[in-house]
Amino acid sequence: MMDDNKQFKPLKLHFTVEQGDFIRAGEASSKIKKVLSQLGFPGPLIRRVAIAAYEAEMNIVIHSWGGELEAEIGPEHVKIVARDRGPGIPDIALAMEEGYSTAPDKVREMGFGAGMGLPNIQNCATEFIIESGEGKGTVLRILIAVKE
Amino acid sequence: MLLKDICDWLQGEVLTGRDKMGMEVQGACASDLMSHVLANAGEKALLITGLNNLQVVRTAEMSDIEAIIFVQNKRPAPEVLELAKEKHLLTILTPYSMFTTCGILFKNGLRCGLDDGR
Repeated sequence: MMDDNKQFKPLKLHFTVEQGDFIRAGEASSKIKKVLSQLGFPGPLIRRVAIAAYEAEMNIVIHSWGGELEAEIGPEHVKIVARDRGPGIPDIALAMEEGYSTAPDKVREMGFGAGMGLPNIQNCATEFIIESGEGKGTVLRILIAVKE
Repeated sequence: MLLKDICDWLQGEVLTGRDKMGMEVQGACASDLMSHVLANAGEKALLITGLNNLQVVRTAEMSDIEAIIFVQNKRPAPEVLELAKEKHLLTILTPYSMFTTCGILFKNGLRCGLDDGR
C-alpha cells in the first residue's frame, strides 16, 4: 500500500477518553494500532505510535478530568494529539523527569505512575510538544515520522 | 526459545493462546512497572509479571510482546483473559515467584530482552 499510493489522504481518528475508566483504557490506542497495521505501516513505526498513544491515553485516564485522543495518519507521518480538561501540569520540566510522578497509589498498584510516561512518549516521538499550565487542560502533540 | 519449553520448565498452566506454544521468544522482560515494559521490552519478548490486570494485556499488545507469565499463581480475572484471547496472546500461570521464574528461565538460556549493559 505504502509504495503504491504515496499521496493517500490523511486519515483522522477520534476517540473520547474518560477519567478513571481503567476498563476501557487502551482501547483507543489499540484501534489506532490496528488501523496502522491494516494500512501496512512498518512494525517498528506502529510500535512507536502505539506506545506513545497508550502512554498519552493512560495519562488522560489517570491525571485528567477526561479528554480525547486523535490520530492523523498520513504517508509521511502519524500525528497523535491528546487533549484533556485539566487540572494541567504546573511544572512541565519536572513532569518530564524520569521518576517524577503525581499518580495516586491505586494507579501505581496497576503498574503505572512510575514517572516514565512523558519520557517514554518523548523517546518514541520525532517531535513532541506539551501545552499546559496549572488550572488549564493539557495538550500533547506527538509527531512520529514514517522515515527517520 | 520455544514457549512450550518455557511453559514446561515453569510447571505452567496455559490460560489463553495455546496455539502459540510452538512460537519462539527472543528474550524476556520481568517487571511490575508497565511503563518500564513499554520503554524497554524487545519485540517478540516474554513478559514476566506479578500484576494481573487489564493494563498488563494492553501493555503487551502495544509492545508486540508474544506471551505473558503470571507468577505466583496470580490468576487474572475472566475479563483480563478475555482481552488476552482477543489479542492472540499466550498467557501462562506459574506457581513460582518472580525471582524463581527468572532464575529457571535464565538457567535454561533465556536472556534479558533489552540491552542491560552486557
